[in-house]
Parts: sequence; structure tokens; C-alpha cells
Amino acid sequence: MTAGVTWGTAALLAVLAVASLLTGVIDLAPGNPGAWGVLLVSRLPRTLAVILTGASMAVAGLVMQMLVRNRYVEPTTSGTGQGAALGILLVTLFWSDAPILAQMAAASLCALLATGGLLLVVRRLPPTQPLLVPMVALVYGSVIGAVVVFIGYQLDLLQYVEVWTNGEFSGVILGRYELLWASGAVAVAAYLAADRFTIAGLGREASVSLGLDYGRVVLLGLLIVSVVSALTVATVGMIPFVGIVVPNIASRLLGDNLRATLPGVALLGATLVLACDLIGRIVRHPYEIPVGTVLGVVGAVVFLLLLHGRPGRAG
Amino acid sequence: MIEILGVSHAISGRPILSDVTLRLPSGGVTALIGPNGAGKSTLLSLMARLQKLQAGRISFDGLDVTRTPTDRLALKLAILRQDTVFGARLTLRDLVEFGRYPHHRGRPGSGDRAKVEQALALFGLHDLGDRYADEVSGGQRQRALVAMTFAQETDYLLLDEPLNNLDMAHARHLMRTLREVADRHGRTVVVVIHEVNYAAAHADRIVALKEGRLAFEGAPAEVLTEERLGALYGTPVPVRQVDGRPVALHYG
Repeated sequence: MTAGVTWGTAALLAVLAVASLLTGVIDLAPGNPGAWGVLLVSRLPRTLAVILTGASMAVAGLVMQMLVRNRYVEPTTSGTGQGAALGILLVTLFWSDAPILAQMAAASLCALLATGGLLLVVRRLPPTQPLLVPMVALVYGSVIGAVVVFIGYQLDLLQYVEVWTNGEFSGVILGRYELLWASGAVAVAAYLAADRFTIAGLGREASVSLGLDYGRVVLLGLLIVSVVSALTVATVGMIPFVGIVVPNIASRLLGDNLRATLPGVALLGATLVLACDLIGRIVRHPYEIPVGTVLGVVGAVVFLLLLHGRPGRAG
Repeated sequence: MIEILGVSHAISGRPILSDVTLRLPSGGVTALIGPNGAGKSTLLSLMARLQKLQAGRISFDGLDVTRTPTDRLALKLAILRQDTVFGARLTLRDLVEFGRYPHHRGRPGSGDRAKVEQALALFGLHDLGDRYADEVSGGQRQRALVAMTFAQETDYLLLDEPLNNLDMAHARHLMRTLREVADRHGRTVVVVIHEVNYAAAHADRIVALKEGRLAFEGAPAEVLTEERLGALYGTPVPVRQVDGRPVALHYG
């Protein structure tokens, strides 16, 4: 089952990737002398950026859900993405010519603090009320988001804030997406620690009993979620819904043994975002709809179906 | 041997355990009994380092639980807490396989898989290995959790009310399996039990706690008397001998 879904998704992703390479304003007919240039500078980087983002955001979402022990949280709505945006904003304000690495460090650090804060808040909620967790997370994320918008408004930086919060890939060209490879590498690192996150999902006591240093596992997970979110927000902006929809679909189809399912989760995430990016590029051709908007529509429908098809289970 | 020396524990100023000293030899099944709130679960979780020890010392075969690295302890003792809830969708086989984690650290080999199948078979779950934990009955899930602690292959198994929610047949099967775990596999089983008659039938030793203190300990036939049980639970408990075994008649 798991292998079937994984290979099926991989095949679909390959088809979509070819379609993505061939979709755009400039025709890549063999006679066109600029075709190679377009392909290498624009189409290929964009396709790779979409795949890396989708895969790593889906993985980050799943890791976050294991840490919080709730299926209905994800980095872009629960404060991680907002924290990353706040970090970039603060660097822009106080150190405007900061090297990209410093920007990333600030974004990751703020994302880490925001996510850690969420974990502390959520731990105090009664375990008998699982739906409180996503609601509190949503409020928490919105508060941080509001701080970002307020600062942006006061200092006339709203345009930048917009770029970080509304994810889209139209600006991706060679030389402006490579940080996403680091995000992909972090997702691979998550796979190497898959068992630890599955066990963390069983709770602190099960983790301790199996000899895990629970605090360290949580910190590792927070780092993965924060760094992936920070790199994504800084490069292409927040990509919503992937982190929640994909892990939930994967959980229903494949279960929650991360060692077996993480590759499938990554592929599903990449496929979903690539499909939505293609839709956004095709419906109003030659103009574009941001992938975040398409994902919002698609994600909401998929998620409603998901809730509907899963009666009586809140956890 | 499990050594518990002068253990006291308080939660926000309220004493839960007061100066408990207890030595349990290796091997056999020890039943921990006592009324609600006597401190049984707290004692078990302190033994399993799930809570920080406030006062006293606990050691397993000389390994002090506060000083021994946690991954080393995971090869010495396994615990199953009561009402273990988890939202993760895992098959029973996967769940039991995570009991092997202290041995394989994320890379299970064929030896681990064989141990998992052995544990599934021992607990009567061989047909259910591919079912998700949220798709089986509470009793089957409970057995899978006990199988997981068994698969951890530790010398000591600490089980907090594993009989919860089990019907007669499943409860008896589980207790007999625990007996087997002790007799054939040489493990030491410490189990919190509410129903004293299961303790009387299957345990080698009874340890009774009341209000955070050790009330009495000994072989079931010696300590399960009307006076002791009546004083322990604060209610009259008639005890009869049936087939040479004490049976508490506390239902009437």
C-alpha cells in the first residue's frame, strides 16, 4: 500500500514536472534560439522551487503535528511562518544590508521562538479537548501575524510583508531560489530521525520509557519546522495548507509510521503544490494567480472532504 | 532486585508518597494493590523515571534511576502507563516494533522483526498485526501495548492497571500471559491491579499501599485476609478460601 501510493505519486509528480517545464508565455519550440535559456534560467528553477517547497512544507507540517500531538496544526497558521516573517522584518529594519545568512538565522530564530511558545501554550490545554489546540494555535499565529502587519503598516513596509505572507513562485529564477535546497536537506534530516518523531507522537512518557531524550527530540523537531518555514517564507513566501492537508491525507492512506510514510508525504506535498502552481499559471494565462490562493481553494475543499469522511475521530 | 529506599513524593504540597521502602527480588509477578489515590501509579512512574524523584532512591539491579542514562534504563525496564492514549495511526505490528527501539535505534533488523512476531503471537495478536490501533477493540489495543513493553526485552516490566476495560476472558488471558512472561521468559513483572482476586490468583507477591505508605506485603495466601483488606480499603471485605486460595467477596 505505502509503496504503491509512493510510486504512484512519484509518477504523477514526474508528469506534472514536465508539464510545468512546458507551461509559460514563451514557446519552447525546437526552433526557438532562446529556448534553452528560458528553460535553465526560469522554468527549471521554478519547477524545482515548487517541488522543494511542497515536499519540505509537508514534512514540516507532519513533524509539527507529532510534536504538538494534534493533527490540525501547521506552520503557516500556527505562528511559525508569522514568526519567520517577523524575523525577516526585524532584520530589514535594523540591519538593512544584512547578508542572506544573517537574514535566515534571524527568521529561523524568531520562527523557533514562536513555535516553542506555541508548544508551551498548547501543553497547558486539557487533553480531553483536542479541538482547542488548532483554535488556540490559529489565534496565536494570527496575533503574531498582526504584530508583523502593524509594524509593516507603521513603517510603510506593507508591500514587503505582502511578499512574505502570500506565497507564489512567479519571481523564481536561477540564483533566487537556491536556499530552498537547504530546506529540502532539512526535510531529509527529518527522515533520518523519523522513528524519534513517531515515538514523540506517542507522548512524553512513551518516549522516556523507550529511552529517548524527549526534550532533545522536541528541540530537533522545532528546529526542522522553523528552518523549513523560515527558508520558505524568505524565498517564496508562506505556502498555506500543504502542511495540514498532505499529512492528513497521508495518515489516512498510509498511517503514521514516519519511517515508512515520510517519502510519500514529501512526494504528495510536492505534487499538490506543483498541481496548484500549474492551475494558477493556466487559468488566466498569460497572467498568474498566486499558488497560495489556489492552494487556499483546493486545500479548503480537500480538507472539508477529509473532515467529512472521518466521522467520530477528533485526534 | 528492585530497591526502593525512603521514597517520598508531594504534588503541590500534598503528600502522595511518604517514606516508602521496599525491596522486590528478581523474578515472578508482584501485584501492587490499594485504594484509589494510594500512590500506586505515582510509585510506578517514579520507578520508571517518568517523574522526577523528590526524595529517596530507586534502583534496578544497582542501576540508580536518577543517575543511569535513560537509554541504558530503557534496556533494563519498560513501563506501560494506564490509559495510554495516542492519536497516531499505527498498525499493531508497528506499535510493537517501537518497543524494539532501544535495541535498534531506528534501524530494525531481522532479529527485531522476529521478536515482534514472537510478542504478537504471545499476546494472541498474530492475526491483527496489520490492523490499525484505532480499528481494534480496547482490549486488543491494550494487549498490543503490553506486547510492546514485552518486546522491549527488559528484565523488568512495570504495568499500570493493564486490566482496565478488559472483560473476564481477556483479563484472565492477560494475567496468564504475564505469568508466562515471568515463568518462561524470566522477567520480573510489577503490575498495579484493582481487582484483588486477580492478584490472589496470579501474583507471587502482594504489595499494598494506603495513603502513600506501605500497608503490607507478602504472599497472597498470607496477606489477603479479611482484617487486612478491610483496613486497606476501608470497607468490610469477606474473604473465603476456595481451592486453597483466598477469594474476596466484595460485590455484595
